[in-house]
Amino acid sequence: MAMALRALGRRISHSDRFFSSLSEAAKPPSDGKLINLFTAINQALHIALDTDPRSYVFGEDVRFGGVFRCTTGLTDKFGRDRVFNTPLCEQGIIGFAIGLAAMGNRAIAEIQFADYIYPAFDQIVNEAAKFRYRSGNEFNCGGLTVRSPYGAVGHGGHYHSQSPESFFCHVPGLKVVIPRSPRQAKGLLLSCIRDPNPVIFFEPKLLYRLSVEEVPEDDYMLPLSEAEVIRQGSDITLIGWGAQLSILEQACDAAAKEGISCELIDLKTLIPWDKETVESSVRKTGKLLISHEAPVTGGFGAEISASIVERCFLRLEAPIARVCGLDTPFPLVYEQFYLPTMNKILDAIKATVKY
Amino acid sequence: MVTTPVLLLLTTVVTIRPFADSSLHSSMAASAVVRRLSSAPLHDHRLLRPFSTTGSESTITVETSVPFTGHKIDPPSRSVETTPFELLSFFRDMSLMRRMEIAADSLYKSKLIRGFCHLYDGQESIAIGLEAAITKKDAIITAYRDHCIYLGRGGTLVESFAELMGRRAGCSKGKGGSMHFYKKESGFFGGHGIVGAQVPLGCGLAFAQKYLKEGTVSFALYGDGAANQGQLFEALNISALWDLPAILVCENNHYGMGTAEWRSSKSPAYYKRGDYVPGLKVDGMDVLAVKQASKFAKEYALKNGPIILEMDTYRYHGHSMSDPGSTYRTRDEISGVRQERDPIERIRKLLLSHEIATVSDLKDIEKEVRKEVEEAIAQAKENLMPDPSELFTNVYVKGFGVEVSGNASDVSFGADRKEVKAILP
Repeated sequence: MAMALRALGRRISHSDRFFSSLSEAAKPPSDGKLINLFTAINQALHIALDTDPRSYVFGEDVRFGGVFRCTTGLTDKFGRDRVFNTPLCEQGIIGFAIGLAAMGNRAIAEIQFADYIYPAFDQIVNEAAKFRYRSGNEFNCGGLTVRSPYGAVGHGGHYHSQSPESFFCHVPGLKVVIPRSPRQAKGLLLSCIRDPNPVIFFEPKLLYRLSVEEVPEDDYMLPLSEAEVIRQGSDITLIGWGAQLSILEQACDAAAKEGISCELIDLKTLIPWDKETVESSVRKTGKLLISHEAPVTGGFGAEISASIVERCFLRLEAPIARVCGLDTPFPLVYEQFYLPTMNKILDAIKATVKY
Repeated sequence: MVTTPVLLLLTTVVTIRPFADSSLHSSMAASAVVRRLSSAPLHDHRLLRPFSTTGSESTITVETSVPFTGHKIDPPSRSVETTPFELLSFFRDMSLMRRMEIAADSLYKSKLIRGFCHLYDGQESIAIGLEAAITKKDAIITAYRDHCIYLGRGGTLVESFAELMGRRAGCSKGKGGSMHFYKKESGFFGGHGIVGAQVPLGCGLAFAQKYLKEGTVSFALYGDGAANQGQLFEALNISALWDLPAILVCENNHYGMGTAEWRSSKSPAYYKRGDYVPGLKVDGMDVLAVKQASKFAKEYALKNGPIILEMDTYRYHGHSMSDPGSTYRTRDEISGVRQERDPIERIRKLLLSHEIATVSDLKDIEKEVRKEVEEAIAQAKENLMPDPSELFTNVYVKGFGVEVSGNASDVSFGADRKEVKAILP
């Protein structure tokens, strides 16, 4: 059953319509309604709470539906004992969630914006990530899932736009998962909740309303630690995650007009990441470009770059390009200069291909 | 003692302002005086600087709306001394703040201000009352609801509006926005986005002030939402341990974004949260109470260490401009507070009852304030956005450490950083 689901998931995910209408593979009929990202996440949470009576959703302002409407209807259906608000204390929220998870419950904690996750950083890194390890598998907080909206949104400024995924990618014991679209989000979130390890699930807030897709209404899970090739190509491999993939897709289309065939990979799970898929793609194309919103220095692109160089050094035909956010705090009025826009990516694609 | 108001006002004018125009017809005296008083320092759209009460000026004694409640401390008296000039300046300055916030509301709706905008209307009395009790050498630090505090610290309207609209004449050069106003020369340390993070900072400021031995204190403002942050209690403990002149001011407007205080806090008596640190509960909508409490707190902190002030206040707008402010509280509640406790109305009633000014005088002041705000907005609108090269400045000292290849606006990271450039759209 699980295998069939997984195969189904893979088949569906290969051909999903996201932003572009130039998807190459034929789309199988999909039994779903057109919904946006926050509705998909909402459905996933409904299913998670339905299927496991010991799961709880909590965070700041989640009861009325949350500031992004991801938790609407949960309190009405499952009651205040299972869906409840916390006071304004991130460290407290996560510490509390870890304790709840340590007693065998599924604690789905929400941090209202990823920019606010830092007070909880110690709890996540020192308590959650190392719990199983330091207790010799006597205890664990695998039931912990931390959901948080991340990423640029056009007017977020310093504290409503950050992408902190790379901080957590540096911590063995955690999983970091980032969906790119509603169908991915629902399947991945259910996998994260049911995964027996602590997971941080970053949701691209720009896509909450913007990204609309057909999503099956039933319970389905998408595999973690499996990257997905969403576009086949032969000249260069592009890697991204979350909202950045739509920018990468636009760059792919623009590059195609200039005769460059790009292979686009959605990493989905950042740690532990799918090195095999990326490696086989780079062995095919010989060139790699990574793009993410977080600042370039120390961003997760650096890890991908270093690992691929280790594995594919002789096959690489050009230095690995990273088109990422600049090394400044996320700016207020200069957002469009800071972000890795399509033009920057296109330029880098061309430079890499012609290296 | 107020005997003949007009005469006394003339006397007051003569004492304070030796250049006052003496040819005043008695019935026009008040309004002309007010106009004279208010036009003098305002060519750059600042607030009137309240003068501290000295011997020869007439003083009025007013009782605060409610007595203070103390936690492990004897509260100060409810009788506050003030002067007609001070009351007038309170009125004018609070009206200016009110008008600025309302103007910011419409600027936001017309998309000239983008991002986040947290408005302070309803809470002006805290900013004004605080300023009346302290000097510019004392430090204030607050969270993101900082426009009026900035004005209170001596900021100008043009700088505020320019910053809100992201222009280069703004107080943070357009790089901070609504949540990050600063003014170093007046001891205003901003303007912080992360809830509660400014409180340990404020205690650190007090720590430095203790070394400086200048008899100055720090006020760390935070909201009822932030009162449950762990770092606050860490800061309190350290301040109490080392007897720092830190005053923690909880601006309790009863709602942390959309969450009412009784839903987020086991004990909404924030002035008692310090436990071993004494606290005072103040009616934050009464500017004279705020002034009295701040004066009291400053004296206390300089001698004994930290103290908490809980200001019972209210914000008319929602948490920010994205919040209508009516989904978690009733419109009746909002209008009720506006009728019963509005800080500006309280001062208006005082001014009228003590016959310091007439209804038309006060209306004149409001009109003038409105005009000033409009002029400041017009001036700010003409200002330019910062240069794109500003994206890289001040990350470190003098741009050191940030990689810029060639022209600051052509930056890309490609196959070969030295040669690849992208022209930005």
